[in-house]
Amino acid sequence: MTTDRILPVAAMSLAILVLWYAGALWLNGPQAVEALNRLGDGWGTADFVRQAFAMKRPILPTPDQVAVELFQSLTGTPVTHIRNLLYHTGVTAGSALTGFAMGVVLGVVLAVGIVQVRTLEASLLPWVIASQTVPILAIAPMIVVILGNMGFTGLLPKAIISMYLCFFPITIGMVKGLRSADPLALDLMRTYSAGTGQTFRLLRLPSSLPFLFASLKVAVAASVVGAIVGELPTGGQAGLGARLLSGSYYGQTVQIWSALVMAALLGVALVAAVGVAERALVRSGPGGGR
Amino acid sequence: MIGVASRQPRPAMAPGPLVALLAPLLPLGGVAGHSVGFVDSPVAVAGLVLLVGTLLLRRLAVGALSEAVILSVGVAAGYGATLRLLADGLAPDAGLWLLLLGATLLLGRVLRLLAEVSGPARHACPALFGLAILLLWEILTRGLQVPAILLPPPSAIAAAFATNAADLWDDFRQTVLISVLRGYLLGCGAGFAVAILADRVPFLARGLLPLGNLASAIPVVGVAPIMVMWFGFDWQSKAAVIVVMTFFPMLINTLAGLASAERIQLDLMRSYAAGYWRSLLLLRLPCALPFLFNGLKINSTLALIGAIVAEFFGTPVVGMGFRISTQVARMNLDVVWASITVAALTGSLLYGALALAERRVTAWHPSFRKR
Amino acid sequence: MPAAPSPSLPPALTAVPPPAPFAEPGAEPGRTIVDVRNLTLTYQAADHPVYALSDVSLSIAQGDFISLIGPSGCGKTTLMRVIADLEQPTGGTVLVNGMTPEQARLKRAYGYVFQAPALYPWRTVERNVTLPLEIMGIPRGERQTRAREQLERVGLAGFERKFPWQLSGGMQQRVSIARALAFNPDLLLMDEPFGALDEITRDHLNLQLTQLWRRTRKTCVFVTHSIAEAVFLSTRIVVMSPRPGRILDVIDCARDLPPERTLDIRESPEFQRIAHRVREGLMEGHSYDD
Repeated sequence: MTTDRILPVAAMSLAILVLWYAGALWLNGPQAVEALNRLGDGWGTADFVRQAFAMKRPILPTPDQVAVELFQSLTGTPVTHIRNLLYHTGVTAGSALTGFAMGVVLGVVLAVGIVQVRTLEASLLPWVIASQTVPILAIAPMIVVILGNMGFTGLLPKAIISMYLCFFPITIGMVKGLRSADPLALDLMRTYSAGTGQTFRLLRLPSSLPFLFASLKVAVAASVVGAIVGELPTGGQAGLGARLLSGSYYGQTVQIWSALVMAALLGVALVAAVGVAERALVRSGPGGGR
Repeated sequence: MIGVASRQPRPAMAPGPLVALLAPLLPLGGVAGHSVGFVDSPVAVAGLVLLVGTLLLRRLAVGALSEAVILSVGVAAGYGATLRLLADGLAPDAGLWLLLLGATLLLGRVLRLLAEVSGPARHACPALFGLAILLLWEILTRGLQVPAILLPPPSAIAAAFATNAADLWDDFRQTVLISVLRGYLLGCGAGFAVAILADRVPFLARGLLPLGNLASAIPVVGVAPIMVMWFGFDWQSKAAVIVVMTFFPMLINTLAGLASAERIQLDLMRSYAAGYWRSLLLLRLPCALPFLFNGLKINSTLALIGAIVAEFFGTPVVGMGFRISTQVARMNLDVVWASITVAALTGSLLYGALALAERRVTAWHPSFRKR
Repeated sequence: MPAAPSPSLPPALTAVPPPAPFAEPGAEPGRTIVDVRNLTLTYQAADHPVYALSDVSLSIAQGDFISLIGPSGCGKTTLMRVIADLEQPTGGTVLVNGMTPEQARLKRAYGYVFQAPALYPWRTVERNVTLPLEIMGIPRGERQTRAREQLERVGLAGFERKFPWQLSGGMQQRVSIARALAFNPDLLLMDEPFGALDEITRDHLNLQLTQLWRRTRKTCVFVTHSIAEAVFLSTRIVVMSPRPGRILDVIDCARDLPPERTLDIRESPEFQRIAHRVREGLMEGHSYDD
């Protein structure tokens, strides 16, 4: 199975790298020509390629430029320093995880309420679903400003945006999961005359876990998006979003790309962490998922 | 099941709403510094009498639905009287809050009754709930005099909506009709086309699928500043962000959909010696429709988000994202809320239209069919 | 890839041999429709080779109704799938109408009825039956006439506009038989078509099927688990055995049972005798390694 996949994925990655360098050549080409002309007439193809791949402010930086920048910004200064990218990643991860935790609590509470109380199911669930169709990120700047007016700055506003993005998939997945208990198993609980609480703890909760973890993976990825977007309106203080914004203000493309790569790594790492937790907690074996 | 439930005995009435009866004992509020007693205000008394009256009248009701209708008159009376008094400039006190509490508890009863009802009346449940949230929002922001900077009342938002209608329409046209629509069509179209290609070339599919799954863990919206840098401030950069965001969800859903035809149905096509394109058209695409719609629905929300966030990074001076970020900076939160309302309505309408189309096209699917 | 329909109608559609009215199917030798010689199919499982079919030879004549019976894993379905070119043999030859299975499939020489109805839920009953005709490029008007004709033949006139899910399981399977008959193939391959139905429905459909066969004199190959079904329907019964999949016995029923059969012949001593012999054969196959 895995050896089946390695070759295509490797080929695809190689294709992307080639396309990336070709794109860099194409996009940075005009600037490179200009720069070389300023230096003098006698330049050949090799000079052109070298110039296009080593621009100071390229339109598309090459992967090696991004890697070098990434390495320097991770090791050039101490981790706690404002110029260290890991510091910014930590800031984003902190608010993403805080928001994620809040979103998990809110999502699970809503799901339990919806499953246990019919009135909530009929009146609230449609609005929870409708909330998904709203481009929630649009209110991100406003939440930051409102909470700033109330004296909350820093982590909390961003965490609230992350929470907002998180709770929906969790609620929906958890409602589905809590309802996924086998009707026969539910009947069995009834023959034991188990109470609502016992049925919930012994049957509904365990059978909802695979659904919960599937949603948690979606939610944790969303929480990173929320934290990054929440950092945009603060005007570039700290965090990966702030790095994106300041990079775009000052035309520092290499900085933008390294922040992007870091954000991608953060997202992948968090999703992988949820996966590890799932493997540790859900013992139903393969196929226990959706 | 639901039909049976409506014929079951209705849930017992909790005495909660009766707290409103205590309201006349307490001061209603103050107008221009003078305290007003509850019984001095005909509006408050009328509201209370109607509310309590419906509590008595409910015994006439034959079913859950008719009781809900009767009681909702009482709820309306309570909310209406409160809104009226607030509009007259009353600074509310305990009496008014008790009346409101009674009406809200009564609303809980109405919702509980409606939750048991079958048929189209069930949709009244979320509608009433939404309306009540809106009214409570209005009453609480006005009654507690919440600063408009924090949360303007819905009426102020509606007023801002009306006065800024021209701007909001221009924003809508720029963001939705131009950027979102083009980006969405391009992104979904590209995802679909590449999925068909990958379906023909399995090597490509095996390489693309892990990449697509990876993309779902990545905050793709971060490419916005790069796209703005590459494609400029106008719609092209927004469309580019949307294409990047929507491509992989569509690709993955299409591939999953094309793989969803059952083995036995594929064998049937083979026994008819049907070629690739014919079995694609006659069997595999119809099977994939629910997956395609799933991708289209996810992408409709993503596309709006992509456009608005990309506008935070730079626009011509029009667009929903531009409006929101500039008006937030100027503390015109009513305009921001009006803009958000437009975004919310757009998102819901897009999603609703797709859901409706899905219901039409895939009426045969087990999730929709009824005998 | 024969994606485009051939301009002229396939021979099966134009030249249907008119069945001799009261011919004894067993007595009349007829031309050979399916000729299987020394067929072997081996595939590699996780650690050992599996002999799905081992040196199987069988000849099926025009107008025969052949039942393949045996326990799971005896290769009866595999044999039929090889005849239908849905599976590739590793050794031996198969000829269908004197052609390779692939040529026969491309000429649409056979209709296949699967274990499940495999109807398309998004098409009406009638449009399900016209599906093969559509693929074969038959004009719309004729498609409809033929579909109506076949639906009437299986007793489903009046259900044309219904959707498959509005029909019972037995009715759905009848639609799939009508679909297989719609393009008038020489050969009808049926893979446990009534396996999922209850016994009463099954009896009913067996009766309908034997009447249908008597009227049309199609050559039928029928895979089943049920001894009674096999004896009731067949002119010849092929008893198979697993590990390796092979033919143990071929029993002629046409000699002892009348061609016109009603459900009560199941009580007759001839019927019982044949059923007994089939059972003996099956037991012998089982004792081989159990």
